Amino acid sequence: MLKKMAFSFPDEVLEHVFSFIQSDKDRNAVSMVCKSWYEIERWCRRKVFVGNCYAVSPRMVIRRFPEFRSIELKGKPHFADFNLVPDGWGGYVFPWIAEMAGAYPWLEEIRLKRMVVTDESLELIAKSFKNFKVLVLSSCEGFSTDGLAAIAASCKNLKELDLRDCEVDDLSAHWLSHFPETYTSLVSLNISCLGSDEASFSALERLVRRCTNLKTLRLNRAVPLDKIANILRHAPQLVEFGTGTYTADVRPDVYSDLAGVFSSCKELKSLSGFWDVIPDYLPAIYPVCSKLTSLNLSYATIQSPDLIKLVSHCPNLQRLLVLDYIEDSGLEVLASSCKDLQELRVFPSDPFGAEPNVSLTEQGLVAVSLGCPKLQSVLYFCRRMSNEALVTIARSRPNFTRFRLCIIEPKTADYLTLEPLDVGFGAIVQYCKDLRRLSLSGLLTDRVFEYIGTYAKKLEMLSVAFAGDSDLGLHHVLSGCESLRKLEIRDCPFGDKALLANAAKLETMRSLWMSSCAVSFAACKLLGQKMPRLNVEVIDERGPPDSRPENCPVDKLYIYRSIAGPRFDMPPFVWTMDEDSGLRLS
Amino acid sequence: MEGSVGYDNDLNLRATELRLGLPGTEPVSIVRSNKRSLQQVADDDCGVNGCKSDDQNETAPPPPKAQIVGWPPIRSYRKNNIQTKKNESEGGGIYVKVSMDGAPYLRKIDLKIYSGYPELLQAIENMLKFTIGEYSEREGYKGSDYAPTYEDKDGDWMLVGDVPWEMFITSCKRLRIMKGSEARGLGCGV
Repeated sequence: MLKKMAFSFPDEVLEHVFSFIQSDKDRNAVSMVCKSWYEIERWCRRKVFVGNCYAVSPRMVIRRFPEFRSIELKGKPHFADFNLVPDGWGGYVFPWIAEMAGAYPWLEEIRLKRMVVTDESLELIAKSFKNFKVLVLSSCEGFSTDGLAAIAASCKNLKELDLRDCEVDDLSAHWLSHFPETYTSLVSLNISCLGSDEASFSALERLVRRCTNLKTLRLNRAVPLDKIANILRHAPQLVEFGTGTYTADVRPDVYSDLAGVFSSCKELKSLSGFWDVIPDYLPAIYPVCSKLTSLNLSYATIQSPDLIKLVSHCPNLQRLLVLDYIEDSGLEVLASSCKDLQELRVFPSDPFGAEPNVSLTEQGLVAVSLGCPKLQSVLYFCRRMSNEALVTIARSRPNFTRFRLCIIEPKTADYLTLEPLDVGFGAIVQYCKDLRRLSLSGLLTDRVFEYIGTYAKKLEMLSVAFAGDSDLGLHHVLSGCESLRKLEIRDCPFGDKALLANAAKLETMRSLWMSSCAVSFAACKLLGQKMPRLNVEVIDERGPPDSRPENCPVDKLYIYRSIAGPRFDMPPFVWTMDEDSGLRLS
Repeated sequence: MEGSVGYDNDLNLRATELRLGLPGTEPVSIVRSNKRSLQQVADDDCGVNGCKSDDQNETAPPPPKAQIVGWPPIRSYRKNNIQTKKNESEGGGIYVKVSMDGAPYLRKIDLKIYSGYPELLQAIENMLKFTIGEYSEREGYKGSDYAPTYEDKDGDWMLVGDVPWEMFITSCKRLRIMKGSEARGLGCGV
């Protein structure tokens, strides 16, 4: 009887049920139940997520999911953000666009992270997808405003154009005028990363005026303060707004204009920008502060008293990005005013200075951890830390899901006891049972990795620098962290043994990055030989690794699982270790 | 930790010791620009830890403050934002793209790690594997097919070497190694 029931649902019913399942993880799980579910699911998957663009080929994706509307692709490893991945490594999106252009005229959304996007790619997007709606480029590079002009001119149904933290060649500000006068569908525009050339303000103003559905607008630094009022006046419906440069000669008329216009923005929940901010103009935003849930002041070089004043006006803040000018005192005020705070990022104002320039220590982080019951995500740069503080933080805030601590000087010990910070981070992983992401810093021995391997069972991403004593450290992590997907390591004494002993683990992860460690070329070759479903890439700008003895450590190593096999778009300083145990050059 | 780890802890650290040079050579403290090295900056301040870190070293003197690539882990656009606020040329990197006519992809270098034009040009020569000629104020670069040029803040293309070094590193947006007749044209006085 039961067996019969399994086959009695018509496909349409199952498809309808599946349509309520959006997350990729769940979709993947559904597709593995049985062959018929696999078939039904693949025909109705509308959003595809590819965490590593080299893990699978465009053709494979298209073959399996014939009807997707939205794709998200990620390219370079995370450490590319810090200049550890040499230019030219890879991550080109063009082959994907080219394949999809042929197969998918109805593609609507493309989201890319850390990929190389050329003007040619953008032009192809503009030409190929008639119903194109969403383009989100996060930390991408390789394109210019010419490519953006092509998108603006052709994509009549574009709703979202979001360029976050991209490196764009600013050839001409006039790309904005390529949006036709008849175009009105813009909902979200983020051009905050564009360079400081004169933006064409009139085109921007006209665009904002006619796009009455605009909800998100993030301007770039080039837009001066006195232009903001004109822009905001025509967009009181904005929910998210990023200013340009927030400084001007102090003039009462400009100020009152600005304050007035902010008052009329009743829906505003998120503010950012604030380059070059001067405190005199800050009160203009007070009318919207009580509704703010997100505030990005990470470019605002104002001092603690002004930051404190501002933050005290924002009781509903959930997300705050700020420079360490806020100091411990400011964080204490934050802890008492903002009980809804979920995410805090504190960036260093003077990361390379020899002396601390502000009074921001571990105390600020302790205060926020104690005071904000919903705090779950932290990125914190500071110059000293203690095990005691970390234990207090861990005990009081077991709901951390992301904990990234950067003690600026590598290998800094507990400033109170001079011991390593193993116990402190050990407490973090022990108490925060849902921790998914962790970045370590300070003086750390193999012991901290033992704690991590033992307790961090939900950890998905781990970043390690200047830590550990031996291969044992790496072994603890690879053998203990069941949920590990991404591991990135730099300047640690980890070598061949742990890597080879845990080779099978690497196939369960998205990727492993190791630079300035102690993995030999011989081990890389062996790994490449034994593990055909891993791409083992040796990145070495000193020249071919076989021009040195085999036991010589490689400079950089990037290992990722792939069903697409070795790639062929590598620059001369990247080699894939092949099954044939020889070097494969592209 | 429960469960044994079945390998010895007697690792031959020497064999896996990291050095910046090729094996068999002496470790060098400054390596050519291909590889950004630890830069030894004379510093009599022991940092936040005071001089306690000395206790960790048995025989060697305390390591001097060094500037490390990609550390602390901050995105370049944040670094650039902070840089514009500082007057002294301390800390941070000034990363500019280097293109060479005929080369398929660009490179990036940190102008901060060089102390002057000779070092910079040497580094570029090594990175891109070519030779620049001899510089003279009157004739530009003689003796090769290449001329190093840069785009300055105003968007103009200038010959590398004409302005004082400090002015150069603050105004240089990107470098381009010109080749051929275009390059020779630059060398001749107009």
